[in-house]
Amino acid sequence: MIEVLIFATLNGLVTGLLLFMLASGLTLIFSMMGVLNFAHASFYMLGAYFAYSISLYTGFWPALIIAPLLVGVVGALVERYGLRRVHKSGHVAELVFTFGLAFLIEEAVQFFWGRSTMNYESPALLDFPLFTLFGQNFPAYKAFMIFISVSIFIGLYFVLTRTRIGIIIQAAITHPNPVANLGHNVPFIFMAVFGVGSGLAGLAGVIAGPVLTTFPGMAAVLGSIVFVIVVIGGLGSLAGALVASLLIGLLQSYAIASDVGMQDLLDLLGVSFAADHPLNDIWRLTLPQIAPIMPFLLLVLVLIFRPSGLLGKRES
Amino acid sequence: MKLLPSAVPPVRLLAHLATVFSLGFSGLTIAQEPIKIAFIDPQSGVFAATGESGFMVLDFAADYFYNAKGGVLGGRKFEVTALDNKSSAAESQLQLRRAISEGTQIVFSGNGSAVASALSTAIERHNRRNPDSQVLFINYAAVDPILTGADCNFWHFRFDAHADMKMEAMTSHIAKNPDITKVYIIGQDYSFGKAVGDAAISMLAAKRPDIEIVGNELHPIGQVKDFTPYITKIVSSGANAVITGNWGADMVALGRGIMDAGLEVPIYTFYAAYDGITATLGEAGKDQIYVVHNDFANPVTAPLRLEFTAAYKAKNPHKDVTQPRIVNALMMLAAAIEKAGSAEPYDIAMAMEDMRITTMTGEEIWMRPDDHQVFQNLNISVHTNEGINIDADSSGFALRTEFVVPRDETITQSSCRMTRPQQ
Repeated sequence: MIEVLIFATLNGLVTGLLLFMLASGLTLIFSMMGVLNFAHASFYMLGAYFAYSISLYTGFWPALIIAPLLVGVVGALVERYGLRRVHKSGHVAELVFTFGLAFLIEEAVQFFWGRSTMNYESPALLDFPLFTLFGQNFPAYKAFMIFISVSIFIGLYFVLTRTRIGIIIQAAITHPNPVANLGHNVPFIFMAVFGVGSGLAGLAGVIAGPVLTTFPGMAAVLGSIVFVIVVIGGLGSLAGALVASLLIGLLQSYAIASDVGMQDLLDLLGVSFAADHPLNDIWRLTLPQIAPIMPFLLLVLVLIFRPSGLLGKRES
Repeated sequence: MKLLPSAVPPVRLLAHLATVFSLGFSGLTIAQEPIKIAFIDPQSGVFAATGESGFMVLDFAADYFYNAKGGVLGGRKFEVTALDNKSSAAESQLQLRRAISEGTQIVFSGNGSAVASALSTAIERHNRRNPDSQVLFINYAAVDPILTGADCNFWHFRFDAHADMKMEAMTSHIAKNPDITKVYIIGQDYSFGKAVGDAAISMLAAKRPDIEIVGNELHPIGQVKDFTPYITKIVSSGANAVITGNWGADMVALGRGIMDAGLEVPIYTFYAAYDGITATLGEAGKDQIYVVHNDFANPVTAPLRLEFTAAYKAKNPHKDVTQPRIVNALMMLAAAIEKAGSAEPYDIAMAMEDMRITTMTGEEIWMRPDDHQVFQNLNISVHTNEGINIDADSSGFALRTEFVVPRDETITQSSCRMTRPQQ
């Protein structure tokens, strides 16, 4: 049992931190523009595909640097020549724009790379088990994923709270007009933040691609979860995004690892149903079976009891 | 004549008539009305790769075997159209209606028993209400036993062995291995995944009562990003064999998780090959991953299958003939059309009952009239790079058949009570 607990915690950490890399960019972009970017997970997918193609020529390590940069540039261009124009027509238009963009990117990926799973492999350098516990390997690559995500969090946190650029960004988010009057180029800041946010999503894609498989559905699989995290953590809160990511990563991991179900609850209550009961499917539900809907359950609960999110400051 | 002339100006109509006359009496050059086939399967989303591969094989086989040789019924060609059902039963019914409105009378589908069940019901109802535009349903891959069991109908024909038949073969192979004492079952949470689990438990209990089922897990279909938490449970359960019915992206991700965790026990699967799965498993999965399937795998010696595969690879270097049974289905369809002398679904269905054809692999397959289930040899193959001559995913790896269950031993009782419509 102890080995299940240890590995469930490790898996939860890996997933949670990966989700954080996506959620951090999304929450920054949201607090800045006031619009949820539906195409955010698509940038994550682009990152994985770019890295795959680059790694064919140069290997993994250069791809780790180049692919997120490329995705960041794509993101910045999308902001400069797409979102900024649409912005004039209001939030609904922006939402629809990012929604359409997500489809466009998925179709483009299928057009260029096809629909099959890409054989994107983790670097040979990290292709060894870091340690073996109770007969199960923990790949070094996963430790590398944890390392990258934690560095990103520390880096982001430092830049946003301890540097001049961070202060300007924070000010531009809440008070764009005074910041512009002080002579700062607010539209440029917006573009840069959008680019960096997309680049972070791209980086998440680069490091997740070899583990979670690189295929055209990868954005869809992760997309909805990222929104859940941003809402649970509190829109616009970086620390909230971290807490929510870890919470969801661990929650899912523990739920899958557990072995309890409705049956145990019924036994506890001393109730039993016939094997041919019409609602038998419900009585036989297990926690692992409903693990993937737990984040959404949590979302509903948070929206009911704390609409601003765990660490959110906004009221709306 | 009130509607047509408005769309076609008189002058062009005359020109058109003139062309027809000038060509007309040479006979053969007139293109006859094509036989339309709608291929309703996912072309987008998580399972897009599986649907795309199927469509490409069917489309290519139609051209290669029939259209290039003048078609069937003395000149009618097959016209295959892919309709994207996004893996959804509701979307499939919309696409079915669209296909019917375009005059399609033959539907191919296979990815997902939930979808196949919805299509089968919808087609049966449509045919009852619209005897003038009936539709034939060729199911090439959905293997929930109920489709040719309690829910069977006259218009549905299945060209894959159903889950219970495959499970018989799989459990026979497991039963022969005395090292296997603990089995873990993991599958997608829908009718097929549940059918696999139930069949595995009951059949293993009959063949090897000493084997312990140490886990029977269902996970949501197409939702799991990372299978590592599941693998942890498998490892800690002490299982020395795993059974899974996973397919498409869920099989790739499960395989990836197993390889990463270094789990070295035999994995018995239904679909662990092609569409990126073989490449993902690669060296790590060698001699460890087993697949139960029809249509013999490596080494392939049948000349027709080698020629077809070579021609297909020449046109689509990055794709494989993932499911030869699609070609089997097309071949039997064409043979039935020729035999009936008609492309009407009712006539084709009657001709297909009890039909036997030889596939491009050279074996005879039989369509049982009682429930429209096809029977052919079943194979247990292993993922390897030795002794193969057609690889998958250009990876150097592929399946090599280890164990063959002859056709007559795969025949199971039919629980179908089919009502044949009166025409």
